[in-house]
Amino acid sequence: MVLQASSSRLNKARKREVMLTAAVFLLPALFFIVVFILYPVVHSFELSLTSWSGFSKVAPEYVGFANWKILLSDSVFWHSFGNNLKIVVLSILIQLPIGMALGFVLDLGGKKLRPLKIAYFLPYLMASVAIGLLFRYAFDPYFGIVKVMMSWFGKGAVDLLGHPARAMYAVIGVICWQYIPFYMVYFMAGLSGINTDIYEAAIIDGATKSNYFWRIALPLLKPTIKHACVLSLVGSLKYFDLIYVMTGGGPVYSVNGVHYGATELMATYMYKNAFVTNQMGYGSTIAMSMFVIITFISASTLFLINRGGDRP
Amino acid sequence: MKKITLRVLIGILLLFWAMITVTPFFYMIMTSLKQQKELFTSGMFALPKSFYLGNYVDVLTKGTFPCYVGNSLFVVGISLFLTLATSAFAAYPLSRFVFRGSKALYVLILAGMAIPLHATLIPVFLMSKNIGIYDTHWALVGPYVAFNVPMSVFILTGFMKGIPTELEEAAEIDGCGKIRTFFNVILPLSVPGMATLAIYNSVMMWNEFIFALVLTQSVNIRTLPLSIWEYQGQYSANQTMIMTALTLSSLPMILAFVIGQERLIKGMMAGAVKG
Repeated sequence: MVLQASSSRLNKARKREVMLTAAVFLLPALFFIVVFILYPVVHSFELSLTSWSGFSKVAPEYVGFANWKILLSDSVFWHSFGNNLKIVVLSILIQLPIGMALGFVLDLGGKKLRPLKIAYFLPYLMASVAIGLLFRYAFDPYFGIVKVMMSWFGKGAVDLLGHPARAMYAVIGVICWQYIPFYMVYFMAGLSGINTDIYEAAIIDGATKSNYFWRIALPLLKPTIKHACVLSLVGSLKYFDLIYVMTGGGPVYSVNGVHYGATELMATYMYKNAFVTNQMGYGSTIAMSMFVIITFISASTLFLINRGGDRP
Repeated sequence: MKKITLRVLIGILLLFWAMITVTPFFYMIMTSLKQQKELFTSGMFALPKSFYLGNYVDVLTKGTFPCYVGNSLFVVGISLFLTLATSAFAAYPLSRFVFRGSKALYVLILAGMAIPLHATLIPVFLMSKNIGIYDTHWALVGPYVAFNVPMSVFILTGFMKGIPTELEEAAEIDGCGKIRTFFNVILPLSVPGMATLAIYNSVMMWNEFIFALVLTQSVNIRTLPLSIWEYQGQYSANQTMIMTALTLSSLPMILAFVIGQERLIKGMMAGAVKG
């Protein structure tokens, strides 16, 4: 009896200690998440219902869903969204296959190909800003690499970034250059997760390496591929740094008196509205719509690709 | 015969890809080692006549580059320390204790990963103005920690779950409280996981651009990615100087990669799982 009572008291004391420790230890993380992520999202939504220049002396004026209505018919925003979609599609079509091919060869090559692995990985380590600047100079029509390369073929200067029809594709090329290393390593990690016994068994059974890739590795990599698609999708929808530095959203062209930026993205358009033309209310609306669009697209993609089950 | 041709073909493709990745770096470094007038007289890809280090001396001594490096070191140092400490603290109860609401808290912290930072940008900017830290180093610390904590908690929770509980039980029998157990048993054993996170997070923070762009303004506060962008405005005609600044700014991250290659890759993979 006595023993039981003391053990239950001990249990209670232990439970209290656990709760107290947990509370103290979790507090800092919760502080940062709530103050810098969750509260700002709510505040963003509140601001999206106002018209405000951002100057603290003037209070935000509540306008209801007026900003959202404007957004729905803002052709510049939808044009930017279209540019984001271009990046989404081309990124998945270009980065993933090349990344996978490189990852597969490096995985089979083992230690021999290590120097190549390091070389291939370099672009991903540079800051987007540095990459953007580097390629701005490389693409310079008069002094850049492109000019030199064109002259090898006896062609004249080509202005890649200053031309509305070409700028987007030039920038996407650079984005691919930056992110292919990431997917390469990503698929290498996926491939190394496949048991080596499977590879050996396949080779003993007379499979060639390409048989192994198409018939065994690729089906087993299905979850990795799905995941890579979602990653690429979300990343492309919130892209900002590189485009801001390389083109600033330009070059600008007009259709029916409306000015469009050939490489304008949702994020650059939001930045310009909020911090350049000081429309904090409308800027918040764009930011929140990015939040909604990204959540909706990634959730529905996850739903669609997982519908068949996550079996390899 | 067919096998050999295939091998040669793959070899050629690999070299071709190496050229695509390395050429821009080669161009960057070669340009940084040239004198400005040399750029116009000799070709773009020509090796510099004499390895001219004057640009490096100029960037490192004149102008604001050293100040920017200092700013970046300061901001990344403090943010990294806070991120690691905060995440290790949070990961301990999440990986070890079962209490009411532990699952919900874990999900709440991880939800931070799914939120695009653009949705927080304007309020964070307003907040930093209101509490008077706008345009100081401290303005960057909060968002940097907040956006790196979720993934770090995710990785460390997984890592700590892998530490055998026997060690803790032994410590408890020896009279260690929960807090002492954390500092004396769990934390030392989590060092490998923390090292992975340290390398990964420092690369992310060192390269961060958009918060730095929005939350700072003065030359003596701004971090490195902004500085190289501003260099371009200041010295846009001076290509050699800009390439030197680019080379110098990427150097620490390339070194971090060479030193902690496997760790960095591991961190990135774990970071990627966040989806």
